[in-house]
Amino acid sequence: MEETSPKKKKPQVPRQKMPEQEPKVRARNFDEVPFGYSPDLAKLEAGRCLQCKKPSCVQGCPVSVDIPSFIWLILENDFPGAARKLKEMNSLPAVCGRVCPQEDQCEKVCILGKKGEPVAVGRLERFAADYEQAHGEFVMPQMASPTGKKVAVVGSGPAGLTLAGDLIKKGHGVTIFEALHKAGGVLVYGIPEFRLPKAIVQAEVDYLQKLGVEMKANMVIGKIYTVDELLANGYDAVFLGTGAGLPTFMNIPGENFNGVYSANEYLTRSNLMKAYLFPKYDTPIAKGKNVAVLGGGNVAMDSARTALRLGADNVYIVYRRSKKELPARIEEVHHAEEEGIQFHFLTLPVEMLGNEDGWVCGMKCQRMELGEPDESGRRRPIPVPGSEFKLEVDMVVVAIGTGANPLIPSTTPDLQTNKWGYIVADPETGATSKKGVYAGGDIVTGSATVILAMGAGRKAADAIHQYLMG
Amino acid sequence: MFQIVEARRLAPSVNQFKIAAPEIARKRRPGQFVALRINEEGERLPLTIADADPVAGTITLIFQEVGKSTAQLGKFKAGDRLSDLVGPLGIPTHVEKFGTVVCIGGGIGIAPVYPIAKAMREAGNTVLSIIGARTKDLLILEEEMRRVSTFLKVSTDDGTYGYHGFVSDILQDLIDQGTAIDLTVAIGPVPMMRVICNVTRNRNIKTVVSLNPIMVDASGMCGACRVTVGGKTRFVCVDGPEFDGHQVDFAELVKRQRAYLEQEKRALESFKHDGGACRGGKC
Repeated sequence: MEETSPKKKKPQVPRQKMPEQEPKVRARNFDEVPFGYSPDLAKLEAGRCLQCKKPSCVQGCPVSVDIPSFIWLILENDFPGAARKLKEMNSLPAVCGRVCPQEDQCEKVCILGKKGEPVAVGRLERFAADYEQAHGEFVMPQMASPTGKKVAVVGSGPAGLTLAGDLIKKGHGVTIFEALHKAGGVLVYGIPEFRLPKAIVQAEVDYLQKLGVEMKANMVIGKIYTVDELLANGYDAVFLGTGAGLPTFMNIPGENFNGVYSANEYLTRSNLMKAYLFPKYDTPIAKGKNVAVLGGGNVAMDSARTALRLGADNVYIVYRRSKKELPARIEEVHHAEEEGIQFHFLTLPVEMLGNEDGWVCGMKCQRMELGEPDESGRRRPIPVPGSEFKLEVDMVVVAIGTGANPLIPSTTPDLQTNKWGYIVADPETGATSKKGVYAGGDIVTGSATVILAMGAGRKAADAIHQYLMG
Repeated sequence: MFQIVEARRLAPSVNQFKIAAPEIARKRRPGQFVALRINEEGERLPLTIADADPVAGTITLIFQEVGKSTAQLGKFKAGDRLSDLVGPLGIPTHVEKFGTVVCIGGGIGIAPVYPIAKAMREAGNTVLSIIGARTKDLLILEEEMRRVSTFLKVSTDDGTYGYHGFVSDILQDLIDQGTAIDLTVAIGPVPMMRVICNVTRNRNIKTVVSLNPIMVDASGMCGACRVTVGGKTRFVCVDGPEFDGHQVDFAELVKRQRAYLEQEKRALESFKHDGGACRGGKC
C-alpha cells in the first residue's frame, strides 16, 4: 500500500473567496460588502481543513474556539451544530467572523498557511453563525439554577456582552448599563453597517435578553450612579467594560474648524444615528467632496469608506508611516484600495486651514521618512525638511486612536488607573484595586480588538463567578 | 420610554415639559443637562434641566422651537412619551456663598439660569437677577426668578416691558452705581454672553457662562462640542457646560453652532411642509 495518510495529503482546492459586491457599486451604498459563503462554498472550504490532532489554530484564538470541530460539523452538513460548537467558547461568532483579525490569530498559525493559504476560519465562522441566525430556532441553553447574586455590567460592548452571557448562564442576575440609547458599544456606534450589519448585533443583544439579562440604556455610570452606589444598591459585583471612548486629536492649529471630525463623531453620526439616511433620520453629517482621513487603523479605513459612500469624489488616507506599518486588517486595506481610497503614506498633517465661515479648506502636510525603530518596534517617521505641501480638502476625519474616558475613575476614588488613565486590572481575572470591581477590554488595554475584549470578558466572568460563590 | 406628565406653553414657541424621570430627578444638580431623543429617527438633543422634583420624580425642561426636532417636540402633549432621555450630564454649577451673585438670563437662557439663581440664594448669597427678552411676550419665568432673587430687573429689546434695552445695560448700571459683585452668571445667546463678558472683564468680575454647542453623544465620546477656552480645546459636555466667560472663544463657538445650518433649514422646511408631527403618529 503506497497510499499516504489523508492527513498528509495536500489540499486540492484553493482557499475559497466570499462572493462580494463589485467595488464600484458598493462604494456608493451602505450594504454589507461580502455576501458570505453558500453552503456549497462553505463545505468546499471546510474540506481544506486537515483536522490536525494538535491544532495550532485553537491556540491562536484568544477565546480558544474548537476550530477543527466546528469546521468538521460544517463538512458534515450540521450547520446549526457548527454554530453551537462556536458558541461554546465565543458568544458572538457572527460578529467575530466579520471583524476579527484572523490573519494575526487562528489563520496565522494554520498549518496550511506555511506553504499555501490558510483555511478561511473567519469566513466559515461567519457562515455557521449566519446560518443559525437565519434558520435556527431559539434554544434555551443549559442554565444553572439562580444564585441570588447580582452583577452590574457597565458598557454593552463586546466585553460586557460576553461577560453578561457567561454570568447569566451561571445563574447570576445580570444588568447591563449602557450610556447610549442602543446596546452594542463600538459594534453599533463605531463599525459601519457595510462591515457589520446592525441587525446582527441586535440579534445577539436580543438573545441575551431572552436569557434574562436586563438591559438599561441611557445610563451614564459615574453620573446617574457611581460604582459605589451600584455596590450599595444591591449589586454584588461590578464589571467595567466602558471601552476607550475618548477621541484623540492631533493638537495642531485649525483643528476646530467645521468639517474636522473625530472618527468617533463621524462614525457615530453615520452608524448609530444613521445620518447617512438624513433627512429621514434627523442627525445631519457633512458630505465632503475631498476628504482626508488621518491614521492607518481599521477606524481610519471605516471612516474613509464611509466618506466615499456619502458621496466624496476623493478620499485620502493620510498616514505618517508606510504601507507596511498600517495597523488595519489586510482585508480592510484591500477593500479600501479596491473602492478607490487614495493613500498618502509618509505624510504628517501639521496644520488645518480654514475659510472665513470657519470651514476647513485645506491641510498643510509634511513628508516623512522612516528612521530607526521606536519603542513599538516600527520604524520611527522623521520629517523631511522643506517638504511641506498643501492638500486641498473640505473635510477631515481624525482617526489616530482613542483614550480612556475619565468619568468612572474620577468618581471612584479607590479605583487605580495607570498614567494613561486606563484601569489597572489583573490580566488573568480582570480584578481591579477595588473589591468586587472587575474591568476588561479597551478600558484596561487601550484600543484593541473585539475578540481581545471578549476574551477579557470571559476571564472576568469566571473570576466574578468564583468571587460570588467563594 | 419617558412620559411627559405636564406640557405648558410659556410663550410663543417656548414650551415647558415636566417629564417622569425619577432617577434623574433625584440625582441632578443645578447646571446639569439631559440629552433626549424623540423617536427612533430622532437626533440626540441636549437640554438644560430647568428644575426637578425628586418627590414627584419629575424633571422640568424648557425649550424654544427653533429647528425640526424642537418643532416636533413642541407638538407633544401630556401623556406622550419620549424614546430616550439620558442624564444628568455635565458638571454641576459650583455653588457656595460668594457674597453677591448677579444672575443674568437672556431669552431661552432664563431657563438654565433659574436653577442656578435658586441654588445660589439657598447657599446664602445675595442674588441680583437680570432677565431679558426680545419682547414682552417672549419673557419667561419672571415670577419664578423674582421668587428666588433678592431683586429682579427686567429688560426687553423693544421696550414693551421693563427697561428698554439689553440686560448688559442693566449690569453696566449696577456696576456704575458701585454695586460690589463677587460673581456673575450669564446664560443666553452667544452675543449676549460675549457683551456681558466684555462688561465684567474691565472690572475683573469673575463671570461664568453656560455654553450650548452642537453635541452628539453628550458624554465625552465624540468631541462635537469642542470649544476653545483659554487657548485649550475643551469638551462642553464633560468639561462644562459652564466655563470662565473671559476665557471662551465666542467667535469660534458661533461658527461651530452654524455648522449644519443648511441641513437644519432643509429638515425644518420639509417637516412643516409634510404636516410634520402628524406623520410621526404623535398627534
